Amino acid sequence: MAKLRSPADLEKKRQQILSQRDPNKTCVTICSGTGCHVLGSDKVSEAFVKELSKNGLKGKVDIRRTGCHGFCERGPVVVIFPEEICYLGVKAADVPDVVTKTLVDKQLVERLLYKDTTGKTIAHEGDIPFYKFQSRIVFGNNTRIDPKSIDDYIALGGYSALARALFKMSPEQVLDDVKKSNLRGRGGGGFPAGVKWETTRNAPGDIKYVIVNADEGDPGAFMDRSLLEGNPHSVLEGLIIGAYAIGSHEGFIYVRQEYPLAVENVSIALEQAQKYGLLGKNILGSGFDFDVKIHRGAGAFVSGESSALMTAIEGKVGEPRPKYIRTAVSGVWERPSNLNNVETWATVPLIINRGVDWFTGIGTKGSKGTKIFSLVGKVNNTGLVEVPMGMSLMDIIYKIGGGIRKGKKFKAVQTGGPSGGCLPENLIDLPVDFDELTKVGSMMGSGGMIVMDEDTCMVDIARYFLNFLSDESCGKCVPCRAGIEQMVEILNRICAGQGMPGDIELLEEICETTRDASLCALGQTAPNPVLSTVQYFRDEYKAHIEQKRCPAGVCKALVSFFIQADKCQACQICLKDCPVQAISGAKNIVHIIDQAKCTKCGTCFEVCPQRFSAVVKISGEPVPAAPPAGTEVIRKKGKQE
Amino acid sequence: MKKVKLTVDGKEVEADEGKTILEAAKSAGITIPTLCYNEKLAPYGGCRFCTVEISKGGRSRLVVSCVYNVEDGLVVKTATPKVIKVRKMLLELMLASAPVLSELGKQYGIEKPRFRSEVTQCILCGQCVRYCAEVKKANALTFVGRGVNRRVAFVDEVVEKGVCMDCRQCYGVCPTGKIPRETDGAYFEGIKVSDVLAQRRAKKH
Repeated sequence: MAKLRSPADLEKKRQQILSQRDPNKTCVTICSGTGCHVLGSDKVSEAFVKELSKNGLKGKVDIRRTGCHGFCERGPVVVIFPEEICYLGVKAADVPDVVTKTLVDKQLVERLLYKDTTGKTIAHEGDIPFYKFQSRIVFGNNTRIDPKSIDDYIALGGYSALARALFKMSPEQVLDDVKKSNLRGRGGGGFPAGVKWETTRNAPGDIKYVIVNADEGDPGAFMDRSLLEGNPHSVLEGLIIGAYAIGSHEGFIYVRQEYPLAVENVSIALEQAQKYGLLGKNILGSGFDFDVKIHRGAGAFVSGESSALMTAIEGKVGEPRPKYIRTAVSGVWERPSNLNNVETWATVPLIINRGVDWFTGIGTKGSKGTKIFSLVGKVNNTGLVEVPMGMSLMDIIYKIGGGIRKGKKFKAVQTGGPSGGCLPENLIDLPVDFDELTKVGSMMGSGGMIVMDEDTCMVDIARYFLNFLSDESCGKCVPCRAGIEQMVEILNRICAGQGMPGDIELLEEICETTRDASLCALGQTAPNPVLSTVQYFRDEYKAHIEQKRCPAGVCKALVSFFIQADKCQACQICLKDCPVQAISGAKNIVHIIDQAKCTKCGTCFEVCPQRFSAVVKISGEPVPAAPPAGTEVIRKKGKQE
Repeated sequence: MKKVKLTVDGKEVEADEGKTILEAAKSAGITIPTLCYNEKLAPYGGCRFCTVEISKGGRSRLVVSCVYNVEDGLVVKTATPKVIKVRKMLLELMLASAPVLSELGKQYGIEKPRFRSEVTQCILCGQCVRYCAEVKKANALTFVGRGVNRRVAFVDEVVEKGVCMDCRQCYGVCPTGKIPRETDGAYFEGIKVSDVLAQRRAKKH
């Protein structure tokens, strides 16, 4: 492959790729993102290869293994183009049906289609509510390209923004566009990217760096992972454009070693871009040189903090620096270093190609464009969703997420990852953008969104996140290391029923110092899970401390299970399933839970047949006296087995 | 060297550009309490005890004075109620693992800390580690572990070369006295650090 030496070469290449492709030719795309991979997309793909040749369709139908489609809940996802027929939960055993019915006979395989709540099936991907209400401008191409093929990316107009920037715009114009677009950092802080770029550009020094932060570490979040795995060239193109605007000739992609597919795909992307002359010396014949190195992270959450990440790139332990000077001015090896998150970089080519007006037309006054969220927890449709800034939590959770699982009641939504906050039901109409989330005590963070139902204990949730942060704090500064340690200690005792009056106030006191005095953003935001749950769910804390009651029935030390003698039908299911043999009884004899032996695992509660509902979970009240051993069952009339 | 004018606790202070608030205050005879600070070492900003309140252009915020550089027109207050509150909480948090600081605690009105933690008598100020690396350039001490598991440890491979035998300068920089108390008499009589550690582990069990 000869290097592309001009924008005309790039366009020629694109035409050449397109000329070899028939847009009407059937193409089976198989999602091979991490979720679908785990669910067996490899086998599905193999089955397609086999079945196509069996049915004489080899060469007549293309197979494309793409990045994450987002609907991970229902994977493996298969979409057949050009009709965009979407099959969900496809197993290798389903493939013969799909090939003979859909590809040969042009009929739908009903059982693999999405069914809405009324049971109606939906065939087109774009009509499925999960997709219908999204605006997938950054994430959308994931479904159309093989991330290991630069030609797939170029076919969709890839690298045309780079050509435009290099040949039709000065670096200042590119910078100006990014500033005017008000693109804000998607990694957490929401700092305007253009302002940061300008700082690095204007900072003294000949050598400057641009960096992709792909050290995504929030529990339950995988947006950056899926973007880097599914469309690495979009991130790379954004990075090169940024380097051009800033005047940098060397870049880093800091990606977690725990993301092997992302490391693999981005390595391939670099190699291909290098071969095509889109990276390296004299890019597209413009005279602009730029190289990228991959730095693999060693698994520390705190390394996602910009100064810690840069320390890690230098080969030292990834710990934040105490300096009050921005990394944009003094970063890697004390040189000006501009760091942006994966999603931020991937948005840049769109702004260059489609214009500032288009971009600022999406979103709210202070937050432009879209944001990818990792919608997880007790919601029906979990996965990755991309929505315009300003969409309400309600719309994201109910219209896209399909509401709460098992018809339970919504309780809270946690946004912003471990340092974010939990928002209650009365804030469900909140438009989601950087400023609105901060106003109510949470944050956008990198886009984690964990939905919680009525069975969630908010004290326990705060404890979970603080526990995570106590493991991930680097331990360098006192307010973070010792502050979080003591918060965990107090939350532990509250959950264990040993909370004391004054504990809530003590928590608030620690929070204040940890927030105000910590060295880096990890510590400064660590109190958020505590502060937001105390603010919105103070009664729940009080119930734990004052009444030794866990209203959600989660904290084991505060719940008890017992069997109602008048309802027990002595079916012996709970008796057999109890993992610690705490239940006594026999055929026709009412079962009794030995409270001293019970570990409160809740198995009896789960397995007691619904028609009996004899096992009761209580919290904050004494367990009623058990009937005398050997009490005979009172048979329910007509319901005897 | 360019001079910068700032106010510290109402006093006009002139300092060289590039100096920290802590250094500028010191030169004007104003003491800001510190724990991890050592004038021979690069600013670390770990204990946060030297936190002060600064304001410029109407906005005020808390910064650590051992790291923050002086700026023209900066107004620094070293002992506002907010600052004292932060220092008191920091000290109370440190006292949980280092009761040896109880005298200092009493100065801040802490009779009995409300927190409990494993008593290590180490506040992880890192002076020993940094002194050994920056001044002695020996790197015989290091941090191990992360978060609440962070500890200071000797690097056996370095210690075994004998670099520590005639040095012992880390003794003097330790603000809690942990290093001289726990290291001497054991290691420096010719016993390997690894043996001391093994003994200590055995004792624990």
